[in-house]
Amino acid sequence: MRNAWVIAKRDLGSFFNSPIFYVVTTVFLIIYSFIFFNILNFFSFQSLQAGQLKAMGMNLSLNEMVIEPSLQNMSVILLMIIPVITMRSFADEKKMKTFRLLLSSPVPLREIVLGKFLACMIVVTVMILTSSYSMGFLFLLGNPEIGPIVTGYLGVILMAGCYVSVGVFASSLTDNQIVAAVLTFGFSLFMWVIGWGAQAAGATTGQVLQFLSIVDHMDRFLKGMVDTSDLVYYLSFILLSLVLCHRVLDSNRWR
Amino acid sequence: MIEVENLTKFYGPRRAINNLTFQIAPGEVVGFLGPNGAGKSTTMNILSCILPASSGTARIQGYDTFEHSIELRKIIGYLPETPPLYPDMSVRDYLLFAAQVRGLTGKKIGSAVETVIEKCSLKDVSHRIIGRLSKGYQQRVGLAQAMVHDPDILILDEPTIGLDPIQIIEIRKLIQELASSHTIILSSHILPEITQICQRVIIINEGEIAAVDSLEGLTASLRKSERLSLTVRNNNNEIEAKINSLEQVISVLPGEKNQFLIECKLNSNLQDEFARMSLDNQWGIVEIKPLSMTLEDVFLKLTIEEKDVKA
Repeated sequence: MRNAWVIAKRDLGSFFNSPIFYVVTTVFLIIYSFIFFNILNFFSFQSLQAGQLKAMGMNLSLNEMVIEPSLQNMSVILLMIIPVITMRSFADEKKMKTFRLLLSSPVPLREIVLGKFLACMIVVTVMILTSSYSMGFLFLLGNPEIGPIVTGYLGVILMAGCYVSVGVFASSLTDNQIVAAVLTFGFSLFMWVIGWGAQAAGATTGQVLQFLSIVDHMDRFLKGMVDTSDLVYYLSFILLSLVLCHRVLDSNRWR
Repeated sequence: MIEVENLTKFYGPRRAINNLTFQIAPGEVVGFLGPNGAGKSTTMNILSCILPASSGTARIQGYDTFEHSIELRKIIGYLPETPPLYPDMSVRDYLLFAAQVRGLTGKKIGSAVETVIEKCSLKDVSHRIIGRLSKGYQQRVGLAQAMVHDPDILILDEPTIGLDPIQIIEIRKLIQELASSHTIILSSHILPEITQICQRVIIINEGEIAAVDSLEGLTASLRKSERLSLTVRNNNNEIEAKINSLEQVISVLPGEKNQFLIECKLNSNLQDEFARMSLDNQWGIVEIKPLSMTLEDVFLKLTIEEKDVKA
């Protein structure tokens, strides 16, 4: 474990000492903020109308109408941005021939994989949390419920964890960062839309496809529920990707 | 003690090394010599526990490099052909990282890094970014990385490749200093390096050991013939024929102006004979000297002869 942290710390250093983190976070925040303020604008427009049409008895909720769609949209931005963060993990080490240092060190391979995942995960989590300023904004203006915000962020971070684990795995397959990024994006997107096949696939297969879909598991988190099946899905998704990554790196030595 | 037995490694269908068997005693400095692609790096990768062998065993101090690789890595320092440097880190940060990842903990990390910075003369550049250092300094950082955990065994893959002559001399000096306290395995295709640093040479060609011997032994065992250089003042056409007529002479090659390179059987002591002939025929001897075989000749000979046999 200690070794994994040593490796993660080095990677974090290279994220924060280079422009990567700052550029990616800036782009992320600009797009997120734009979407957030548009949603907020739409909400205030609706509440204005609702004020006039009190008779309709419409129930306007900040949580449902602002926070939920904002976080949902955030997960789309993450889908596109995370491959850029994870693509370096192993691909760069292999290309720069620095991987030999880790391979010749008394560090088990699984700790190397864990360290790489941890570094990307910390970067992504920090980036996601910078967006929480928008929630503070809502607390100033109204009184949203805090529970669904916390579970919502937990859901987003867990989902981001899936993308990161896929990214680290893809990076272990190649020494080309672009290939790694494209693979990550492609596979993540596929896991996103896989639920769309449910209708065509028939009852049983459809249910399986629906369950495999990454986004479907986020819905309950956004509504404020922490369901064990969602937790198990995300955590086993992450674990499986990391195990695959370990297998790939291990088998590289034999070829 | 390093014991390698029948070591074989395949990359897919291609056999990189075949049945290597050799021993290296503690404290020895051994050179792997061979042309590019001969299997030197593969052997070193297996010894430094990075690659598993396809068959055969490699044991270091009694431990198998595959079974006990994690323990062994703590006593091995490895410098790959391309030094594993992160170009965006400063020298000190990089060495601190290397020390930790190589298993040092607590206060040992700092003192170990200070020691290698001192040993490798990196004091002046310790705060600079590795990517901006010259190739020579980068190589030294690579060497520092390999010895930061004070390993018993140093495995250095072509440590002087791509350096300019002054840098080569510096690195060589550094390795010579290390030789007193470490077992060193060094690979090279640059011959003078091996002759200057190593006590013993393992010549690898096309994945097989072509020879294992000390330098003197290697040179002597290859000397099926001796070479002499004869320089005269009054050159005339009959000299070559006259020398050739001697029984012990194998061949005569005209060298530079008035010089003859004579290959003759071992211990034929032809100097007296040449002197007599010179007096009789007034050649006017300027110089007679035996030419010793350099390792370069040995090396060329080994690889060329191997090829001939196979063809």
